[in-house]
Amino acid sequence: MKPPAFTYHAPESLDEALGVLAEVGEDGKVLAGGQSLVPILNMRLAAPAHLVDINRVAGLSTVDTNDTSVTVGATARHTDVELDDAAYGVQPLLRQALRLVAHPVIRNRGTTVGSLAHADPAGEMTAVLALTRGSVRITSGSGSRNVDATDFFVGPLECCLRAGEMVESATFPAFPAGTGSAFIEVARRHGDYALCGVAAAVTVLDGAVSAARAAYISVGPTPLLVDLTDAVAGGAVSGGAVSGADWAAAGRLAQSQVSPEADIHSTASYRRHLVGVLTARALAEAAAAAAPTHSLPLRRSG
Amino acid sequence: MSEQHRSVTLTVNGRTHQFDVPVRRLLSDAIRHDVGLTGTHVGCEHGVCGACTVLMDGRPVRSCLLFAVSADGAAITTVEGLAAADGTRHPVQQAFTECHALQCGFCTPGFLTTIAAALEDNSHPSEEQAEEIISGNLCRCTGYQNIKAAVLRAAELKRAAG
Ligand SMILES: Cc1cc2nc3c(=O)[nH]c(=O)nc-3n(C[C@H](O)[C@H](O)[C@H](O)COP(=O)(O)OP(=O)(O)OC[C@H]3O[C@@H](n4cnc5c(N)ncnc54)[C@H](O)[C@@H]3O)c2cc1C
Ligand code: FES
Ligand code: FES
Repeated sequence: MKPPAFTYHAPESLDEALGVLAEVGEDGKVLAGGQSLVPILNMRLAAPAHLVDINRVAGLSTVDTNDTSVTVGATARHTDVELDDAAYGVQPLLRQALRLVAHPVIRNRGTTVGSLAHADPAGEMTAVLALTRGSVRITSGSGSRNVDATDFFVGPLECCLRAGEMVESATFPAFPAGTGSAFIEVARRHGDYALCGVAAAVTVLDGAVSAARAAYISVGPTPLLVDLTDAVAGGAVSGGAVSGADWAAAGRLAQSQVSPEADIHSTASYRRHLVGVLTARALAEAAAAAAPTHSLPLRRSG
Repeated sequence: MSEQHRSVTLTVNGRTHQFDVPVRRLLSDAIRHDVGLTGTHVGCEHGVCGACTVLMDGRPVRSCLLFAVSADGAAITTVEGLAAADGTRHPVQQAFTECHALQCGFCTPGFLTTIAAALEDNSHPSEEQAEEIISGNLCRCTGYQNIKAAVLRAAELKRAAG
């Protein structure tokens, strides 16, 4: 298996990259980590005439964290985002999800922004962008625009990028105070794409659940965002444990919102079953992360 | 249309190589054909099996998912670069021998490079971490128990060596 011939460009600045992308238009593809694109080329499922390798573009590999959000540049590797403690502090869902993206060796090269642009409905980071109400910065020779997750993902392997454009960065806002999160999935083998995956965020205010939301992968053409607050609102939180919240009811509510499809990996009904079970588990885990554990009596070990 | 070529410079196991390649040449093929080191094996060519894993600037990567031109200027370590200059085995190689962690050996170069890099980051892996380290590499004949034992043994040898 060898890739088809192409013309290779290795711009060293953003302006140069945008110039090349404008010139090659529809015939060009951005090459980021190559962890999705190169397999596609090796299998000859695509044959772009031009590859624009952005790995040498200065200034794109940053992970910038402030009090309210984490912004990831186009060539920041999954591993760099996963191991960034400041980013974890502001948006823990990033690390929770990245641990499930492929294997460590793939994450060393694959980029977080690339996995958003690739828009695989089984890609964990699409759900993270959706659940955090994040956005991407799309840039071309004629300017930049910020696009919300809801508008960015158009269909399976399709985002709203136009010819000559690239994603410069992605921004993942922090959750509101009192929110805990979790990412749970079921895959055939560790590191495989998930049959179903759930990103969950639960907000606890004054000892009671005030909001619960989840985003799903592998059960629809784009990451599906569902508000589950109605099923669990008012569940009481005490001493780090959440009682009285009916997580199973939230699972049933989620099941009523999805219409998964069958493929060689799973039947549609098994996927629907997973939506119910994984929703309940992910919400419970997120609520436990939200509940203030410092009110627990501390047991000292050793 | 004549195919585009570029000159590429790679430092492989400490030695600098400069050569001309078609831009679509995969790093795995460049290492095997242009540099002439055939220890790096090519299994699936889509990132799944891990046989082609090499270290690029110290980090393990799939050489079948990189173009040689993208690696221009990088330092690459292949399985041939793990042993010391005098031929003394790397702790991971020693552990594979002791624990019978290979049969046909096809997958072995990828396991060795992956584990060697992981032990640089974590010299005391738990059993669970040992499993995580090798979870991205496929072996069709040895079975993973011996390979996992070799990860733990390699860590032991490495710690003893200081
Ligand atoms: C064995 C294996 C298992 C994997 N398992 C998973 C998994 O479980 N979950 C998961 O989410 N992913 C998985 N991946 C994919 C991995 O996460 C990729 O790194 C990611 O999907 C794409 O990122 P990349 O940087 O490698 O992009 P590339 O492969 O370089 O590009 C992918 C696509 O996005 C476009 N693109 C990339 N960056 C930009 C940009 N900045 N602007 C515009 N377009 C851009 C490219 O043109 C191309 O069409 C797996 C990959 C492998 C090989
Ligand atoms: S040959 Fe590269 S991962 Fe299989
Ligand atoms: S030893 Fe034969 S494939 Fe692993």
